[in-house]
Amino acid sequence: MIGFATEWLGRLSWHAFPQATVTRGAAIGIVLGGLIVLALITYFHKWRWLWREWLTTQDPKRIGIMYIIVSVLMLLRAGSDALMMRAQQATSVGTHTGPFSPDTFQQVFSAHGTIMIFFVAMGLMFGLINLVLPQQLGNRDVAFPFMNALSFWLFTAGMLLINMSLVIGEFSAAGWLAYPPLSELKFSPGVGVDYWIWSLQIAGVGSLMSGINFLVTILKNRCKGMTMMKMPVFAWSVFGSMTLVAFSFPILTVALTLLYFDRTFGMHFFTAGGGGNAMMYVNLIWAWGHPEVYILVLPAFGVYSEIMATFSRKRLFGYTSMVWAVWGIVFLSFTVWLHHFFTMGAGADVNSVFGIATMLIAIPTGVKIFNWLFTMYRGRIRFTSHMVWFMGFVFLFVSGGVTGVMLAVPAIDFQVHNSLFLVAHFHTMVVTGVVFGYLAAISYWFPKITGFRLHDGLGKIVAWCWSVGFVLAFFPLYALGFMGATRRLDHYDASLGWQPLFIVAAIGALTIATGVVFQIVQLIVSIWQRNERRDITGDAWDGRTLEWSTPSPTPFYVFTKTPVVTERDQFWADKQAGTVQRGYEDILLPKNTGVPIVVGGLALLVGFGAIWHIWTLVVLGLLGIVMAIIVRAMNDEPEYILTAKEVERLENARKRKLKEVMA
Amino acid sequence: MKKRRILLGIWLVVAVFLAVAGWYISRRSLPIFQPAGPVGHKELNLILFTLSLAAIVVIPTYAIAVIIAMRYREENHTKAKKRIKYDPDFDHSRLFEAIWWGIPIIIIGVLSVVTWNSTHTLDPYKPLASDKKPLTIQVVALDWKWLFIYPKQHVASVNLAEIPVGVPVDFHVTSDTIMNSFWVPALGGQIYAMPGMDTQLHEQADKAGSFMGSPANIAGHGFSRMDFTIKATSQDGFNAWVKQARHAPKQLDAAAYTALAKPSESVPVTYYADVKHDLYNDIVMKYMTPQSGTDQ
Repeated sequence: MIGFATEWLGRLSWHAFPQATVTRGAAIGIVLGGLIVLALITYFHKWRWLWREWLTTQDPKRIGIMYIIVSVLMLLRAGSDALMMRAQQATSVGTHTGPFSPDTFQQVFSAHGTIMIFFVAMGLMFGLINLVLPQQLGNRDVAFPFMNALSFWLFTAGMLLINMSLVIGEFSAAGWLAYPPLSELKFSPGVGVDYWIWSLQIAGVGSLMSGINFLVTILKNRCKGMTMMKMPVFAWSVFGSMTLVAFSFPILTVALTLLYFDRTFGMHFFTAGGGGNAMMYVNLIWAWGHPEVYILVLPAFGVYSEIMATFSRKRLFGYTSMVWAVWGIVFLSFTVWLHHFFTMGAGADVNSVFGIATMLIAIPTGVKIFNWLFTMYRGRIRFTSHMVWFMGFVFLFVSGGVTGVMLAVPAIDFQVHNSLFLVAHFHTMVVTGVVFGYLAAISYWFPKITGFRLHDGLGKIVAWCWSVGFVLAFFPLYALGFMGATRRLDHYDASLGWQPLFIVAAIGALTIATGVVFQIVQLIVSIWQRNERRDITGDAWDGRTLEWSTPSPTPFYVFTKTPVVTERDQFWADKQAGTVQRGYEDILLPKNTGVPIVVGGLALLVGFGAIWHIWTLVVLGLLGIVMAIIVRAMNDEPEYILTAKEVERLENARKRKLKEVMA
Repeated sequence: MKKRRILLGIWLVVAVFLAVAGWYISRRSLPIFQPAGPVGHKELNLILFTLSLAAIVVIPTYAIAVIIAMRYREENHTKAKKRIKYDPDFDHSRLFEAIWWGIPIIIIGVLSVVTWNSTHTLDPYKPLASDKKPLTIQVVALDWKWLFIYPKQHVASVNLAEIPVGVPVDFHVTSDTIMNSFWVPALGGQIYAMPGMDTQLHEQADKAGSFMGSPANIAGHGFSRMDFTIKATSQDGFNAWVKQARHAPKQLDAAAYTALAKPSESVPVTYYADVKHDLYNDIVMKYMTPQSGTDQ
């Protein structure tokens, strides 16, 4: 019996289920929610449809939609973590204790950061790239469709693992980057840090595969005539970002592996004693972590470039500058990681070099801002919600740039490092740079995905809620930083006079939450009114790039015939000249396959086994993955041909159906 | 007209809000803006200098953003009164782009020089210029309190350290547990406290007062309750404080240290009359010996 238990249960026991009321509530909620979804699918007999149309698909558009759905759900989860943090810091003063114990609070902020970066921002980014990039390049698919599906399912496995920590066991309380020695076994003996390691490890491998995939897609899958300098700037930004993925994610994988070896096999890479060095980990994690910020923000910059050109009805200003700026940022982002720990005590020479390298990034970033602003110059600007997002971004992001340059001066950093000033700074960069960009992008490409536009008035309210809420939530944190408030405090003294500012910050967080509620309302209203909001032409915003030349929603074969490009904004040029690229051709498409989701499920088992030390499960899972890949490799016909005739028939059927709907 | 009135109203609300916020914050203790020593002063000057340098770019950027976005709106094109150009192919200009590559390069160039110089003058390892001999204090981050050892004075204290006004202080910082960061905002700057490592921070108080000290790096369960105080007094006051500590009932020998190092929270200020010789060095070096590998 004991042998069975150690073999099949490892560290797992009844104690793993949450004891505290808060976490128990969350656990029950998650389990119930999951059961309800499964029951609904069964009740409506949707399993077969789900499997055929979604779970086994290799269509990048479908995969993109699934990425976005997962990320939006995770945004809600990590957003409620944020509200919990605001509630704690607004009330846990002096003799009062907040709603959460220190340990729960530390788990909450660790989960907030980890989920927001890995499962919200990364997911939204990969989702949008999947949806848009191949079409923008005048192509139908990514370079490696199977690997693309595999990436998504590994991302989902990581996401499931991090949420399982709510139900079975606990999550890491060591912050979103889990610095040792705190994250070592001696100080974090539970499974929390292991959950953190394995959910990032599995999702990270997926991200690395995506990075390589999109890099090759950009290099090899452009349509005829599209030279590099005729690519849309979004594609250039993705190119830069994916280069960073390919170079930086291996560092993350190594750092996580070594930390796991420390914790599990008693090794001493990063331990305080035994010859380990914690600062080695800190160097490694930031050598990945700093490029990561640019991985997220570059595609968002690409989104702003598309939006500015489209809604100003004008060519993007300074295309060549933009491309150089992207590559300037890509290069510099690998030379600045040490600015995250000037206070480690490296010498003045080292600190100055990294400080100056950091400031240099302000130059290409500033150039991009001016190019966007001058895209509006002599344009005809339609002030839709996308433009509201952009204006909010410009004003807030530039202010974050100022505090960023301040933090880049080592002598100033010594004063405000790890304070709430820092927290306010990086939230400005990531929320307004990345999240605003991706939310604007979702609304921009929404008609392309679904065939109808979102309600724009509600969209403007959403953008305003986020912008105003952001100011209220984060500007007080700058002041708190100057007052000496450290980040991650679960309690502080009443005499410090910090509480009113924390209350304002909590009101700001609630304002953002209101924005999220309006977003849900916007979605419901838009679905309700989908017929009057339908995008008949496929060109919802008088667009410029090739994705707008396909019908909305884009059919699975995308283009009936791959386009030929002679101009930078080819679709705009075609519209000006009155030409339409027509015709039909045979299309090679990937068949559906269940292997990626199976591998994702097995990876989940491997991760779970590694966390709980159920080695049998780890071995079986790994064997299963190898088997699945072999099965896949044996498949000699992973693709099929859709004949030109069939494409024509489908296209005519689509047009007939559209007419019926409109009539 | 109505739109303009609404806009005016919004600005009014914002202005009132900012005024209230400014008033509130100015009445609070802002140690970084009210530095008590030369290091803090120089850092504050650097903050203000960087902000004003950034303002040279930021204010015009904001102005340009508002002006262009207001002027080139679609509905303005349809108004006959305003003759607004629409030039859909205007997509580059050597002059414009030279300006916005050039000006930031100049500003960052200036700031780079300032950064290089300030990083060297404000290097925390560099002793402060003074005709007085610096006071050495050895700081150890523990679970969850700070131990201050005065090696010359042979006394030690927990969560409170007194220093004489006008005398440079040479903090040696380490940790005997999770990594932390030693930060006294009013004196200026922080440095990591890491096990097995000895970092240094030179600071000085030019006026008397009690200054809040902050544990600036997450360090587990009791981390929020390990704040400490640095108290600056006159040289005589400091001497009296040392004397008082020397008469404390407790001594910090190896056994007492082991007991102190055990996890505890919200620890009251404690004094130790005598300190084991070279205790700080022992704490740092114990991570360098092979035996310590057994307990990580």
